[in-house]
Amino acid sequence: MDDLSFEAPTGEITVLVGPSGCGKTTSLRMINRMIDASEGRILLDGVPVQGIDPPTLRRGIGYVIQQAGLFPHRKIVDNIATVPYLLGWDRKKARARAMELLERVGLDPALAGRYPFQLSGGQQQRVGVARALAADPPVLLMDEPFSAVDPIVRTSLQDELLRLQSELNKTIVFVTHDIDEAIKLGDRVAVLRVGGRLAQLADPKTLLAEPADDFVREFLGHDRGIRRLQFVSTEGLRLRTDLTVPEGSDGGSPEPWLLVVDGDGRPVGWRSAVRPGELEPYGTFVRGRDSMRAALDAALLSPSGCSVAVDEQGKVVGVATRDALDRALSEAVHG
Amino acid sequence: MSWLTAFLGWLGEFFGDGANWTGSDGIPARLLEHLEFSALALALAVLVAVPLGLAIGHTGRGGVLVVVAANLARALPTLGLLVMFVLLLGASSIWPVIIPLVLLAVPPILVNTYEGIKGVDPELRDAAYGMGLRGGQVLGRVLVPVALPLILLGCRLSAIQVVATTTVAAYTGLGGLGRYVIDGFATKDYASVVGGSVLIVLFALFVQVVFALVQRLTVSPGVSRRLTIR
Repeated sequence: MDDLSFEAPTGEITVLVGPSGCGKTTSLRMINRMIDASEGRILLDGVPVQGIDPPTLRRGIGYVIQQAGLFPHRKIVDNIATVPYLLGWDRKKARARAMELLERVGLDPALAGRYPFQLSGGQQQRVGVARALAADPPVLLMDEPFSAVDPIVRTSLQDELLRLQSELNKTIVFVTHDIDEAIKLGDRVAVLRVGGRLAQLADPKTLLAEPADDFVREFLGHDRGIRRLQFVSTEGLRLRTDLTVPEGSDGGSPEPWLLVVDGDGRPVGWRSAVRPGELEPYGTFVRGRDSMRAALDAALLSPSGCSVAVDEQGKVVGVATRDALDRALSEAVHG
Repeated sequence: MSWLTAFLGWLGEFFGDGANWTGSDGIPARLLEHLEFSALALALAVLVAVPLGLAIGHTGRGGVLVVVAANLARALPTLGLLVMFVLLLGASSIWPVIIPLVLLAVPPILVNTYEGIKGVDPELRDAAYGMGLRGGQVLGRVLVPVALPLILLGCRLSAIQVVATTTVAAYTGLGGLGRYVIDGFATKDYASVVGGSVLIVLFALFVQVVFALVQRLTVSPGVSRRLTIR
C-alpha cells in the first residue's frame, strides 16, 4: 500500500476493485482498524480513526465479510443482535430490532430461531448484512460479501443491496474483484493496481467511457461499449404506438411487422406480413427503468428487430424500431 | 461354558456377600473413594490445563511448547510415575497419588483445548473482532462455545485415563475400586477380583454417560449440528 488517497462520499457506495494483491481488502480493513496503517490518516466524518479505541470504532461500523462469518452457536436472531447486545441494548429491544432487519433483508421471520448451518449460503449472507445493519451504523464495510455464492444468488443479493441502499442511504465501502459487480453497485468505482495504487476513481459510466490508461482498459475487459449502454436511459427513446394490433384482428397494414397485444394490453408476439399465421418471439424492456442495453437486447431477441417498451405492469406502451434505437445509440455515443 | 458359570458364581459370591456392602472396605465406600480421587485429580487438571490451553490457543504464543510438553508427558509410564512419587513423598497422604494423576490428565485437556481454540475458522474470529468484540469477549463468547466439543473431548479422555489409573494406584496402598482386584489377586480371592473388575467397568461407563450429558447440555445445537432442518 502506497500513497492511496480517496474519499467515500456520505450516502454513496464506493467500490474498491482490482486484481488480487492490489490491497483493496487491506484498505478496507484499515478503515475499521482491523489492520493499522503504518502511515497516513483515515478520517471518518472528519475524525481520525487512529484515535478511536478499535472495538468502539467497530461497533459503529457495519462489517460484512465473504463467508458471512456468522456465529455457529447462536440462533439467527441473536447473530443479528450481536452489536446491539454489545452496546448494552435491552435484550427484548435488540431482538425486536433483529426481527425487523430479518424481514428487511428479505428473509422469512421463521428463520429467526434456526442456527446458521440450517441456512443456505445466500440466506447466511443476508443474515450477515442484517447483522451489520443491526445498530444502524452510518457506515458499512463490505469485503467481497457476495463472492462465495452462485451467480443467480449473487445477482439477487446485489439487487437486494441496491434496494436496501435506496431506503437506507448508508455510506458503503465495498470491495470486490469482479468489475461487473463494481459497475453494477458502485456510485463511484476506485480501480486499484497491485501495490495499492489508485489507477482511476470515477463513476461507472465515466470509467467505461474514458478509462484512464491501459491497465484500467484491460481490467474493464470486453464489451465496454455495450456495457456503457446500461447507463443510458430509455426515457427519451422515441416509441411508435401505431405498430400494435389487438389479438384476433387481421388488419391489413403495409408494415412488415405488427405486435399482437392481448385484451390487457400485454404483448403476445410479432406477426410478420410474410407469414401472418405464425407469431414470432418478442423482447421487452421497462421504459424509463431499464437501460438502453436492455432495450437493445430486447430488439436482438426478436426477428422483427424491434423491442417492445412496457410499463411496470407489463403493458405495452410502444415499440422502439431499429431506426429509433439507432438514433438513440448514436446520440449516446456521440453525445 | 464352565468359565461363564465360574464367572457368574464369583459375581454372585462377591455382590451377594452382605459384608461387602458395609464398612470402610465395602462397595459404597470404595466407590466413593474412587470417585473422590478421580474427580479431585480431574478437577485440578482442568483448572490447570483449560486456562493454559485457552490462553495459548487465543494468543497463539507457546503453541510448540504445548505440543512438545504434551508428547513428553504422554510418554511417561503411569505406574513408574506413581511409584516414584510414593517413594519420594511417602504413602501417608493422597498427594503422592493425586500429583501423578494430575500430570497424566493435563496433556489431553491442554492439547485439545489449545487445538480447539486455534482451529476455530479464522473468518469467524475476524467477524467477531470486526463486530467490535474485545479480545476476552471473542474468546468467551465465540471461540470457547465453538471449541467446546473438543475441550470436552480432552476432558473425557483425561477422565477415562484417570479412572483407569486410579485403579492401578491401589498398588500404593490407596483405596478405591482397585483394592478389590489387587487384594483379590494377593489372596487368591477371585470373587473379589471379578467383582472389582465389573465395578470398574461400570464406573468407567458411568463417567462416559456423565460426559455425554454434559456435552448435550453445554454444546450449542448450532455447533453439534444436532438439529435437522425443519
